[in-house]
Amino acid sequence: MTTREAALDTVLADLLARHGRDPGRLLQILLDVQARFTRVPPEAVPKLAAALDLPIGEVESTVEFYSFLSRTPVGDYRILFSDNITDRMLGNQTILDHMAKRLGVRAGEVSEDGLVSLDTTSCTGMCDQGPAILVNGIAITRMTLRRADQVCDLVRNRVPVAEWPADFFRVEHNIRRADMLLGADFMPGSAVKAAIALGRDRFLEEMRISNLRGRGGAGFTTAVKWEAARNASGDERYVVCNADEGEPGTFKDRVLLQYYPERVFEGMALAAYAIGARHGFLYLRGEYLYLRPMLEEKLVELRALGVLGRSIFGVGDFAFDIEIHMGAGAYVCGEETALIESLEGKAGRPRIRPPFPVTSGYRGLPTVVNNVETLCKVTEIALHGGAWYRGYGTKQSTGTKILSVSGDCARPGIYEYPFGVRISQVLEDCGAVRPRAVQISGASGQCLTPREFGRRIAFEDVPTAGALMIFGDHRDMFEVALNFAHFFRHESCGFCTPCRVGTTIQAKIMDKIAAGHGTQYEMNELEHLHEVMRTASHCGLGQTAGQAIADTIAEFRGDYEKRLARRDFEPAFDLDAALARAREVTGRDDADSRLVEEGWQLRETTR
Amino acid sequence: MSDDATFMLDGRPIRFEAGQSILQAALAAGAFIPNLCHHPEFKPHGSCKLCTVKVNGRASSACTTRARAGQEVASDTPELNRHRRTLLQMLFVEGNHFCPGCEKSGQCRLQALAYDLEMLNPHYEHFYPPRPIDASHPDVLIDFNRCILCALCVRASRDVDGKTVFALAGRGTAQHLVVDCPSGKLGDTDFAATDKAAEVCPVGAILPKRVGFAVPIGERPFDIEPISVQAAHAAHAEPRG
Repeated sequence: MTTREAALDTVLADLLARHGRDPGRLLQILLDVQARFTRVPPEAVPKLAAALDLPIGEVESTVEFYSFLSRTPVGDYRILFSDNITDRMLGNQTILDHMAKRLGVRAGEVSEDGLVSLDTTSCTGMCDQGPAILVNGIAITRMTLRRADQVCDLVRNRVPVAEWPADFFRVEHNIRRADMLLGADFMPGSAVKAAIALGRDRFLEEMRISNLRGRGGAGFTTAVKWEAARNASGDERYVVCNADEGEPGTFKDRVLLQYYPERVFEGMALAAYAIGARHGFLYLRGEYLYLRPMLEEKLVELRALGVLGRSIFGVGDFAFDIEIHMGAGAYVCGEETALIESLEGKAGRPRIRPPFPVTSGYRGLPTVVNNVETLCKVTEIALHGGAWYRGYGTKQSTGTKILSVSGDCARPGIYEYPFGVRISQVLEDCGAVRPRAVQISGASGQCLTPREFGRRIAFEDVPTAGALMIFGDHRDMFEVALNFAHFFRHESCGFCTPCRVGTTIQAKIMDKIAAGHGTQYEMNELEHLHEVMRTASHCGLGQTAGQAIADTIAEFRGDYEKRLARRDFEPAFDLDAALARAREVTGRDDADSRLVEEGWQLRETTR
Repeated sequence: MSDDATFMLDGRPIRFEAGQSILQAALAAGAFIPNLCHHPEFKPHGSCKLCTVKVNGRASSACTTRARAGQEVASDTPELNRHRRTLLQMLFVEGNHFCPGCEKSGQCRLQALAYDLEMLNPHYEHFYPPRPIDASHPDVLIDFNRCILCALCVRASRDVDGKTVFALAGRGTAQHLVVDCPSGKLGDTDFAATDKAAEVCPVGAILPKRVGFAVPIGERPFDIEPISVQAAHAAHAEPRG
């Protein structure tokens, strides 16, 4: 055995012991392996499979699924640029190019000495304080060229990330409008005590009266979900907080987790009380790793307070505790059954539904999965009752909704409004700058134009998981749709044909249009692809992956048409691009080594 | 079985047994709904999406949707068949499929469906993924170029053979079939040519070695009769329920 292999064995033995040799913790173990070795070494896969009694194929499957795990080494400093459209609008590409030049490494590559790697990643949830990056998993906000230079110097001098200036890692809450939730004081333990005083049935009745609906997007009635889980048969029940806030443009859960963690955890305890669960999981997206130490501390405090633990506040059969699981860069895990697969240590592929998690969730047992914001709202209902809660918002959409506002406005950040607020009101409050379009509910949501700004945020009108990205009249909506197309291609889990292949073809077509080779033919193709993906995809990801393109084609056709070649059709095969490799090999780049097509010239001169 | 245990498929009443999916009931009644990742002996997987139908106006996979009395199911419609052609084209361009030289031609369900649904060309730009073959096993060849990720071999090996020789790994179009052993080679597993997993592949990805065109092209099952007609015959030959 080589010393290197012996070192690997020692580390794995230690990690396996720390994770209790639980195959369900495979992803958590792999994240630790990745952090330790800057990759998952190939030798580690069979060793872990043997130790956890898993097929090698299943370990491979998990390793290859998550963006933050890598089979080849990344740099000792792994720098990932958040690449949401809002980061782009804030100039992340200039900063990325600048850093690439200074560090001598291209995006997607590792420097020769293995010191640093540079790449892009899906939205990291810092849209109100971007451009944002992750360095070894930890978020850095408000990047500027100056800050980029400082980062380069720190990397060059091999300064440990823990010793970098604290200001880099400052994450503001940017709460611009606080209402019933964000504006209220909260005494830890008070909500659980209030629910215990009511008793299980009365508390559930209050939940029913409140008509609270899930804040993750689908809007399912929380009380109905809880009752189903309570009535389902199973020896154990589980409460899962979905903190995998991956929808581009959404960051309200990050603020709730950072500034209102007692509410989140107490909401989980309330769900546990209602359904009779003893175990809870907070599934935290990998991009929010920086929150983990604080959240773990908060759990310790809550245990000391008696909000978590055995016989909570003296109720003999009320025992509940919470474990934090990290995500690893997979947007699809926001879908609740994919999240459960991931919690079990597997690749996050959405399950077939039914059965739904309330009857067959984590390890096949009844499981309630609630969004971070939903769980915070639960504490309000425990404290003040369902009737009080129903007094806010609209009849079908009770209470308040927290919006993550970003893009072209003077005051990006967090806005809490009673449901029913008009979009125009939000735009006025945040100081939107000549808005041309608003993307509601992220890349998978809908694109609204000024004539629809009178509509209301509510499940019955404009439903949203909370993102509101504003695009000023100088923005090119094709760029927005192109960014989303790349996002979906990257995030498709690959399970079903329409989404796996469709998101890739869609992105290729968008790239072709971007390169000036698209025609009317491609426009029709995009619409057809959207129809097929929407109809046939397995989960919401594929069903909505073409929505932004369909919306922007319908409303901003000109942004596409100005890029189209003036002909009926151009083949997908690009002969000039195909010659690029030959040019590279021969070291030529003269005029004779390039093909100049007639169509291209025509377009150039008539522009 | 009570008389009300029927649903309507394209205007035709289909009787079903409790617990059957729409696809199972339809196939048993000799009504063909195109499918690729389905196999009567295995739990539904629902990934190929060829069997997408509209149940009371709502799209869903026939293989994962329970049959219920009174459902109105639309399957053989111009719209759904257009989608199916697109899904087939997606599968064709995603891998490397060269029917004329493929041992499975005429017995391949992907090819048969393409003929049946009148897919005339691949339509989209080919991905041409580099996918080396695995000829390490003495009796069986894996040609990954033809794999459509239906997971039938994964299920057969796990559920029938008790071996878990295969798994699907990777995300998006990087998804691929992996062989469950340190070397990743089929020859280093306990896989046998007599395994269930060796016979379930609907395409030519898993093939027995040393069998070459024993039945000439043109005389193979799907050369003689379209897949939809064969499905109807099979239902009448083995009535269920």
